[in-house]
Amino acid sequence: MSDLLEKLSICIERGKVNEQSPFPPDLKGELGADELTKQALDEGIAPEAILNESLMIGMRKVGDKFEEGKAFIPDMLIAAKAMNAAMAHLKPFFESGEVELKGDFIIGTVAGDLHDIGKNIVRMVLTGGGWNVIDLGTDVKADKFVETLQQYPNAHVGMSALLTTTMMQMETTTKAIKEVSPNTKVYVGGAPLSQDFSDKIGADGYFPDPNKFIKHLAAVA
Amino acid sequence: MKNYSKLTIANHEELVMGISPHPVRCGNDLTIGDGKVYPEINFTLPTMLITKETFGEVRKHYTEMMSNILERSKHLNVPGLVVEFEQLPPMTETPEWGAEITELIKTKLNKFYDETNIPNALRVTVLDLRDADHPPLLRSGEPTEKTLKGFELCAQAGADILSIESVGGKEVHDQALMYGDLYGMVASLGILAHRDMSWLWNQITEIANKYDIISGGDSACGFSNTAMQLAGQGMLPSVLAALDRAASAPRSLAAFEQGAVGPSKDCAYEGPIIKAITGYPISMEGKSACCAHFSPLGNIAAATADLWSNESVQNVRLLSGNAPEAFMELLTYDCRLYNTALDEGNALMMRNMLVKSDIPHSVEALMLEPKVVIEIAQSIVKNKGGYNQTKASVQTAFTAIENALQQNVLSISNIEREWMDKLKKAIDAMADSEEEALDYLKTMYGDVFKPEAYGL
Repeated sequence: MSDLLEKLSICIERGKVNEQSPFPPDLKGELGADELTKQALDEGIAPEAILNESLMIGMRKVGDKFEEGKAFIPDMLIAAKAMNAAMAHLKPFFESGEVELKGDFIIGTVAGDLHDIGKNIVRMVLTGGGWNVIDLGTDVKADKFVETLQQYPNAHVGMSALLTTTMMQMETTTKAIKEVSPNTKVYVGGAPLSQDFSDKIGADGYFPDPNKFIKHLAAVA
Repeated sequence: MKNYSKLTIANHEELVMGISPHPVRCGNDLTIGDGKVYPEINFTLPTMLITKETFGEVRKHYTEMMSNILERSKHLNVPGLVVEFEQLPPMTETPEWGAEITELIKTKLNKFYDETNIPNALRVTVLDLRDADHPPLLRSGEPTEKTLKGFELCAQAGADILSIESVGGKEVHDQALMYGDLYGMVASLGILAHRDMSWLWNQITEIANKYDIISGGDSACGFSNTAMQLAGQGMLPSVLAALDRAASAPRSLAAFEQGAVGPSKDCAYEGPIIKAITGYPISMEGKSACCAHFSPLGNIAAATADLWSNESVQNVRLLSGNAPEAFMELLTYDCRLYNTALDEGNALMMRNMLVKSDIPHSVEALMLEPKVVIEIAQSIVKNKGGYNQTKASVQTAFTAIENALQQNVLSISNIEREWMDKLKKAIDAMADSEEEALDYLKTMYGDVFKPEAYGL
């Protein structure tokens, strides 16, 4: 890895968004992910190399720290923020197809449920991890998931619920999705859920934390 | 509007379970805070959908849960009880459903009182639907109308105590919490949530007064309990969750400034601070609520409680019987122990044992330590305005944590210590004026909230 890509990777891992950002304090005044990505492109480094040999490595490192209990969600989300600043420069290359995102991911809290902090954490971590996330918000009916899936036919779907009286909506939604698209992977998350419940309703997996989930997606994508 | 400029309970030794300077009389001859701790039982449906088609089954569940609970209460000869009916979303979405269940429960409680003379009361907690829109409108729109109608209909149907876990400011607090932005958390609680609480509780108190029932209290559940749960799962630093607990107190106090008189909500772990300031009784939950969620506050939560709750338990079968009945028994035995301590003049000793058993294990428990509670409460009444009070309570809580660490009363991991440094810097950087803090919220989170939803 070149010095520049290594420096950029550190900016992602430590959440240094741009030169102005005061965080982290020991990098105050130094160039951040925003400027270094632009610099890397100006120097002719391939966008794919920037993504895979620098940005993703930084995200993976902070994710590993989280799993080891050496970082918290804010550390991951600040890293994701730096990642987003870098990704803005790569956007034209995604649009032209020169570089590919990890894939599409449709996410929402099921019908009747307004809880969304868990769903939002997953959304931000996935976005930072290079996924195109389509967030349908809260109180999302099965029809809406199916309709969105028609626009993004290769997408995975993630659903969240926090209530025992709304988690059954996951079964309705999973059935509706599988009926029109049997190969679509459907994942569930939320406090009252379990792998058993996921199996019972025909979903493809339950994940209690975002980092384990993103690793799973990387393995199956 | 009441203004609290001094503490009702200024001596930490007077901040004990079962005794409140201003007891609350409600329901069927029940007086809360009169020298006894009473169980507050809460229950919910098993995993099922609530629809027009299943509503008959919903009724059957509530009938069964109430029959079992009252049978157990009679068998154990409880000195009194509060039943909490916490509405599920469809029950506020269709306020008539919530009112129907309210009436069902109240009828059973009345009959129980006639038969046994055991004092009781019904708390109804209406679900706050007002964050259905993004950003939430809060003061207008159909969800707001339904939420307020829910209070009115439940008051008519027999509720004795009105409560809610309101959500104003949560859309900003959620964002700030996820990024570990303490300044954003303090400003969202101190400015936005505080303003929304004042607006909402003025109306809840009006409804309560109209029906001659009790305007109970709120809970920062969606704020600080979210932080506590995320910290418990290793997703957030516990020191951040602890400071958020202290920060939630001025927000929940706003209900009392607007006429609420307690008992505050069971999941409001900021309750002891409210009790010290207002002198009104509080409901608390600890190890008894492990059926609903885990917490680091299992024993200490009972130290100053006037009602002792189980948060919520599903109507599912256990070996002994159904879970709500089993938890009624568990709460009753806990209360018997606390009431024996009260009767024999040992409440302070009991309180101190509950406190000491949890403090070494959790920085979040430290926020409920009676001396710390009084210090935080003092810092709140010395200041004016939601933002200044919230900032002051966090500064005081931070100092209490620093002192406890220095005195080796508790210990935290290295990564939590690193966060203490970050949080100190964040506190030092907080603006002195509410106007500046509001500008910060608009700059950082302007896309997720509408100022007009807060009358700004």
